[in-house]
Amino acid sequence: MDALTIHRWHFAFTVTYHYLFPQLTMGLALLIVLLKTQALRTGCEHYDRSARFWAKIFGINFGMGVVTGIPMEFQFGTNWAQFSKSAGGVIGQTLAMEGVFSFFLESTFLGLFLYGEKRLGPRGHWFSAMMVFLGSWLSGFFIIATNAWMQHPVGYTLGPKGEILLTSFSALLFNPWVGWQYLHNMIGAVVTACFVMAAVGAFYLLSGKHTDYGRTFLRVSVVVGAVATVLMAYPTGDGQGKKLTRHQPVTLAAMEGLFRTTVGAPIVLMGQPDMEKLELDNPLEIPRVLSFLTYNRWQAEVKGLDAFPRDQWPDNIPLLYYSYHIMVGLGTIFIAIMALSALLLRKGQLYYCRPVLWLLMLAFPFPYIANTAGWMTVELGRQPWLIYGLMRTSEGTSSHVSAGNALFTLLGFMGMYALLSVLFLFLVYREIEHGPEEVKT
Amino acid sequence: METLWYCLVAIMIAMYVVFDGFDLGAGILHLHVARSDAERIGVLRSIGPVWDGNEVWLLAAGGTLYFAFPLLYASSFSGFYLPLMMVLWLLVLRGISIEFRNHVEGPIWKPFWDGVFCLSSALLALFFGVALGNVVRGVPLDASSYFFEPLWTDFRLGKEPGILDWYTVLVGIASVLTLTMHGALWVVLKTEGDVQQRARRAALSLWWGLPAITIVVTAVTFQIQPHIPSRLNSQPWGYIFPLLALAGLVGMRWFTKRSRELESFLASCTYIVGMLTSTVFGVYPYVLPSNSDPELGITLYEAAAPIYGLKVGLAWWIPGMLLVTAYFVFVYRHFAGKVKAEEEGYH
Repeated sequence: MDALTIHRWHFAFTVTYHYLFPQLTMGLALLIVLLKTQALRTGCEHYDRSARFWAKIFGINFGMGVVTGIPMEFQFGTNWAQFSKSAGGVIGQTLAMEGVFSFFLESTFLGLFLYGEKRLGPRGHWFSAMMVFLGSWLSGFFIIATNAWMQHPVGYTLGPKGEILLTSFSALLFNPWVGWQYLHNMIGAVVTACFVMAAVGAFYLLSGKHTDYGRTFLRVSVVVGAVATVLMAYPTGDGQGKKLTRHQPVTLAAMEGLFRTTVGAPIVLMGQPDMEKLELDNPLEIPRVLSFLTYNRWQAEVKGLDAFPRDQWPDNIPLLYYSYHIMVGLGTIFIAIMALSALLLRKGQLYYCRPVLWLLMLAFPFPYIANTAGWMTVELGRQPWLIYGLMRTSEGTSSHVSAGNALFTLLGFMGMYALLSVLFLFLVYREIEHGPEEVKT
Repeated sequence: METLWYCLVAIMIAMYVVFDGFDLGAGILHLHVARSDAERIGVLRSIGPVWDGNEVWLLAAGGTLYFAFPLLYASSFSGFYLPLMMVLWLLVLRGISIEFRNHVEGPIWKPFWDGVFCLSSALLALFFGVALGNVVRGVPLDASSYFFEPLWTDFRLGKEPGILDWYTVLVGIASVLTLTMHGALWVVLKTEGDVQQRARRAALSLWWGLPAITIVVTAVTFQIQPHIPSRLNSQPWGYIFPLLALAGLVGMRWFTKRSRELESFLASCTYIVGMLTSTVFGVYPYVLPSNSDPELGITLYEAAAPIYGLKVGLAWWIPGMLLVTAYFVFVYRHFAGKVKAEEEGYH
């Protein structure tokens, strides 16, 4: 493997692993605020205990998110030095703002939330939960703003030596790319948290313990989840797709497996891209839907890969295509699961319907897969660019860090994260097993 | 404007060392000063609500360095690739040892994480010192303003230095000693009874090492980086920084002897800030000196981002930092006083 490939794996591996944790904590922060709000409104100890239980799960995940997140910021400098040198003046702004505005907020109030319930009183404790939520969602915003600039660079000019000079700070923060991507991403985090909470609730009901809590968890997560899964598809997913159609048409063509420019383009449900023949094997399609989704006209022409020079194509089209289809496919299934559960909840049958409880208990890994596939779609779709249209990925690495040194640290991270995963699963399982009944001192 | 940001980044790094320094030091010492499980929980409680926030200073300083001095960020992070990755691994280990320790009871789990916590804290303190030593000594920059250092070569200060040589290791040891002292004074401040007495005794005996190593490191540094003494001689007002360190050094012993806990901890903060600001003042206007040819060293003017970005940055940095100050004042007041054994807390 050459150095470029290893640097790419290095970032991809560490960021994919890292994002397993924030996607839960960002969503869970919202659900904990809801539980604390209920506690405050009803004055019922039951909701406080529920919130405390989820705060423990949150704490473990947050810790994992922090320790795996610090390497992300550093890797811009260590593995992508040429990129950092050129673009640091721009994206360093949003990354530094994340540190100053959200991490301090988040860590301060999380400390208060976890260690200060008695001293703070119910309102103060609710407020600290709210601030943790705000901090984590702000953090998401700055990261998305950073990514959005790499997807769709704005507010800059090129200097005499080709360096990238920031000219408009507000354009950077209010990049037209940010809005839908941010909402899509954050609601994706809510979906993960809802499925995790529902899985724990279903687990408790099915195993006949902590059943009161199991019901509360199911009720909160299914109500929020039913809304969130729909919002994922429309308007956020739809809005993001339209942005892509306008600004990265070649990415759209690759994602959809559209090799030839087509009038009234179909949407592909299944089929495997064949990169030798440049076609899809055994495609299963619905005619004209892609044209409608992208341009709101059934007969619109959608550009295929053949409309673009080959050096502009994403460099791993099959993986991009599969990531995108896994994300959309799972997203559709999530809507169905949550809609069914919400219907049963409304009829008062959810707590007794064992097949659906089994389904909810076993479904929780899939939102993680869908969120990961979503990020893979965004990042593979941007290839071969590191900054879209401005800097190629191959031009961004650290020139003085050899393949061997990069492989050494990649293997180190893999080993360490394997160990972390074992510990993490062990601890989370213990907490769930232990349940929310009594407070551990 | 560039100089202003040079100072601001230096302040943020100093804040990181002062804040995270005490929990690193507490980590190094806690096996020694806290013997029973309850005592160790006490020490962990004293840093529990704040260590995460303290570590954010590192991230915030890193981010600020990134946008204000992109060339420095790119060059130093890729050049110090190996030790930085190890710092990251240590930060991961240390973070989880604090977070995971109290989840499981038993004779294996807790002592294991206590050991990890101690070792990772000590190695981090060492590595941060080594990093400072590397910057002061200078690095083998080439004409493209990049470099790469192996972990070690022959431990000498030749043309091809490694991250570890006798000088950087010396600075590393000084850093471990300083932060252990800092942590001891924090523990004295935050605990009572046996733990406090042990920490106080440790602080008093450790103190003798500090003036000794400060003098040795300073003398050697003046030899290795003659830019520093020449800066001090050309701008004598800069002597205020070493004097600050000296005052802190004396104050630490003076106040510890008289059991003035808060004052002695603040004296330790003063010592750390004094030493760091002396270094920053001394290497100015370099941000990354070269070890061979001064011409190749990176100055802050070369490393800085264009003026627009620096101005805009100031517009959010100042209110941001005011907020951060408010949080810190609130949290440290909220958790002020001694750690109580029966305090709540779950995570």
